[in-house]
Amino acid sequence: MHSFLTHHRRKILVLTISVFVLILGLIGQLGYLMIVRSEYYSELADELHERERTIKAARGEIVDRNGKVIATNRTVCTVSVIYNQMKDRERIIEILCKELGLQEAEVRKKVEKRSSREIIKTNVDKADGDRIRKYGLAGVKVDEDYKRYYPYQSLASKVLGFTGADNQGIIGLEVQYESYLKGRDGVILTLADAKGVELENAAEDRVEPIAGDTLTISLDVNIQKYAEQAAYQVMEKKGARAVSIVIMNPQNGEIYAMVNAPEFDLNHPFALDSEMVSGSAEEKQDLLNQMWRNRCINDTYEPGSTFKIITAAAGLEAGVVSLTDSFSCPGFRIVEDRRIRCHKVGGHGSESFLQGAMNSCNPVFIDVGQRLGVDAFYHYFEQFGLLGKTGIDLPGEAATIMHKKENMGLVELATVSFGQSFQITPIQLLTTASSIINGGTRITPHFAVKAESRDGTEIREFTYSVREGVVSGQTSETMCYMLGQVVAEGSGNKARVEGYSVGGKTATSEKLPRSRKKYISSFLGFAPAEDPEVIALITIDEPVGIYYGGTIAAPVIGDIFEMILPYLKIEGNPPENQVDMHP
Amino acid sequence: MQQAQPVKKKKKKLRRYYDYSLLFTIIFLTVFGLIMIYSSSSYNAQIDGKAPSYYMTRQMYIAMGGFAGMLFISKLNYHWFAKFAPLAVLVSYVSMVLVNFTPLGIARNGKKRWLGYGSLTIQPAEIVKITLILVLAVMIANMGKKINEWRSWGIVSITFLPLALMVMMNNLSSGIIICGIAIVMMFVANKRKWPFVLFIVSVAAVILFAPTVAIALEEAGILQEYQLRRILVWKSPESYPTDGGYQVLQGLYAIGSGGLLGKGLGQSIQKLSFLPEPQNDMIFAIICEELGLFGALMVIFLFMFMIYRFMRIANSAPDIFGSFLVIGVLAHIAIQVILNIAVVTNVIPNTGITLPFISYGGTSILFLMVEMGIVLSVSNGITLES
Repeated sequence: MHSFLTHHRRKILVLTISVFVLILGLIGQLGYLMIVRSEYYSELADELHERERTIKAARGEIVDRNGKVIATNRTVCTVSVIYNQMKDRERIIEILCKELGLQEAEVRKKVEKRSSREIIKTNVDKADGDRIRKYGLAGVKVDEDYKRYYPYQSLASKVLGFTGADNQGIIGLEVQYESYLKGRDGVILTLADAKGVELENAAEDRVEPIAGDTLTISLDVNIQKYAEQAAYQVMEKKGARAVSIVIMNPQNGEIYAMVNAPEFDLNHPFALDSEMVSGSAEEKQDLLNQMWRNRCINDTYEPGSTFKIITAAAGLEAGVVSLTDSFSCPGFRIVEDRRIRCHKVGGHGSESFLQGAMNSCNPVFIDVGQRLGVDAFYHYFEQFGLLGKTGIDLPGEAATIMHKKENMGLVELATVSFGQSFQITPIQLLTTASSIINGGTRITPHFAVKAESRDGTEIREFTYSVREGVVSGQTSETMCYMLGQVVAEGSGNKARVEGYSVGGKTATSEKLPRSRKKYISSFLGFAPAEDPEVIALITIDEPVGIYYGGTIAAPVIGDIFEMILPYLKIEGNPPENQVDMHP
Repeated sequence: MQQAQPVKKKKKKLRRYYDYSLLFTIIFLTVFGLIMIYSSSSYNAQIDGKAPSYYMTRQMYIAMGGFAGMLFISKLNYHWFAKFAPLAVLVSYVSMVLVNFTPLGIARNGKKRWLGYGSLTIQPAEIVKITLILVLAVMIANMGKKINEWRSWGIVSITFLPLALMVMMNNLSSGIIICGIAIVMMFVANKRKWPFVLFIVSVAAVILFAPTVAIALEEAGILQEYQLRRILVWKSPESYPTDGGYQVLQGLYAIGSGGLLGKGLGQSIQKLSFLPEPQNDMIFAIICEELGLFGALMVIFLFMFMIYRFMRIANSAPDIFGSFLVIGVLAHIAIQVILNIAVVTNVIPNTGITLPFISYGGTSILFLMVEMGIVLSVSNGITLES
């Protein structure tokens, strides 16, 4: 028995020592993991646990030249449910259906889905969100968020543009100045469990969001409103497809108003007219794109007679014509083998250049063009900046469609001389006309004036390129006088404004193909004629019935000028002068 | 010998020994285990819609019942337990057959390991463990020197091998523990050394050269692809974060992010659904994360102290039967502690082995308490010379 137990004791000791050795080995491994490898595993673990949650930055406001807010943010709510926290699911489903106007099946699916957080509806009105919050339903979360809001709904819709689901600009100024408006999102770094649920007591790392800059634009809400009203009136009266009006300061390129009737509601930019709702997604998108199009800059057209301003300026600048040169109009002009008709079938007979301009006589301008020749004409076309883009601060400006110089014969030259066979945008025409009447300075049409940080500490004023010497001062003065006469006594007389001298030019362009007999009536006007402070262009697309620009387009601009000239505190002529001009 | 002799004389009025330091170690480990179960399970319990203390409370009631049972058993004369040996073998066989081959066996997570009704279930594997300790101790005591004969090895094998195999069918790790306990007890009982030395060398070799051998075996077509995968996952869990490597890797994150002092009790992040069922096999990783290397060492030292106490009791036990009862328990605790920490620290491939007294598990804590009762009873059999 003695030896037996001794041998057992020895074995027990061996056993215990082996166990301890093994345990010490494991302690070694543990020490290696928890000291040497600690940093490595801690980092991996932190990476796994950290969740980044962004705090949306408020998008910058857009204000008009007088500080009126035309694009701002409204607080909206996101309603979501947290599966594990919900108690009375049936009641939640019932209340959410009622308050949010949703289908029960849809809500039920989301409420009964086992996920950490399920969003029921976004962009819920704050009032609705508050009402749901008042029920105090366990597991229902109402989070506040920003949504872009346009207090004037459809005002200047195609200029301002709107934002998408992530508050990013989609069209218009919202896109163009995205980097200024969007601000910088903040972040909350929190710890989360494996299902992504944030831990309540974990320390937070927070980076505050920076609100977007306030963008001041040159648009004037009152002028824009009045111009829109005028555009809608004429559109309705003439049964036109669309009416565009641009009103600008010809001296510096600041745009006061840009109307594209029909406008659309910026607060519901994806809502189509009910009649168009059917159709594939692609067709729908086409319709939307069509609806959002800014015709003043995205579309080109044949300018027609308004382009005679450019032909006249080129002729005067080159010295190939003067106001008193006499021309004769038999009702047509034959260029090479072509017979090009004047709009007055019987012809204007014998007339001076000034009278030809007042009559908008095609043969007169054909002659001026022919006198210039292709080379000189093309030179001025380029000199006036017509081949490029205006550089307006809106996305998607269309380029000029013009003959190549080597393909331009005398016939093409003749048609170009009175504004046919090539296409430019309305804004290009307006900008070029501005440089001709403002003393020869090519300005850049624009909206943005300055961007200011929310706290007012950083202000950025926008500057735009200016090119002087496009035409001589002499030519510019002559053009102002000539165009003043067009309104005072010529084809643009319906744009006359009591107490002011107005200059301008009418146009009636045939839309292509010419066989369709569809027209664009337009009028380009400015005031005061001697020293223009405001310039405006209206284009009426496919008017029904009388379609002459002088008859339907000129009075609209006259009407607008009558309202905005005093509003802009532009001084008129003394009444005596007026009397002088109208003997 | 010196201590064994007075016991045999059974003199009256001798002071009886009772191992209070072991008793308090048990109490401390159990209470510490309850705290850690609460810390690691409360978050997941809430997510599952249960009370945060659900797992802790359950474990606490069972532990309290077990503790009372332990105290009762510890006051019984352990020789009396020997009478239950045949019954224990019978119960073990019947319950293993029931759980493996009849629909009475309840499967959880795809493993058919439980017997019972409703929420009252037990793992027969735990019964087998205690049966093995008791019956083998009885056999060794009865065989005396004959235990060295091959015939005795045969008898032991015939008695227990079918049980061990049945346990292994659905619970490889418990099977390994059962074999381990038997091997340790036979090692202490036998004079022969070489079979055990050979066994240990081969086990060490398998662990050291597992990947190379496994790849060779897989190429030879002996090992299945998924088995090889398990071994590769074990060797570099980072390369298989989504497959089997997930649990191990999450455990390593927990251990590594604990550092020296830990994040503080209750501050573990890995328990928040990253580590699946952190109150079970991987609870040691949560201890490391919350209490750091120092906390983990404290737990390990407690187990080492416990094993030391077992050794002292086994050495001083009144007779061979008592001594081997304690050796069996020692083997059981030592194997589970070593294997559990080895799995958590990724020294061996992942098998589901719980940490005694600390991991959540009703059957486990109940039978551990019974075993502790037996050990304390043996200790109570020791008489002290004044």
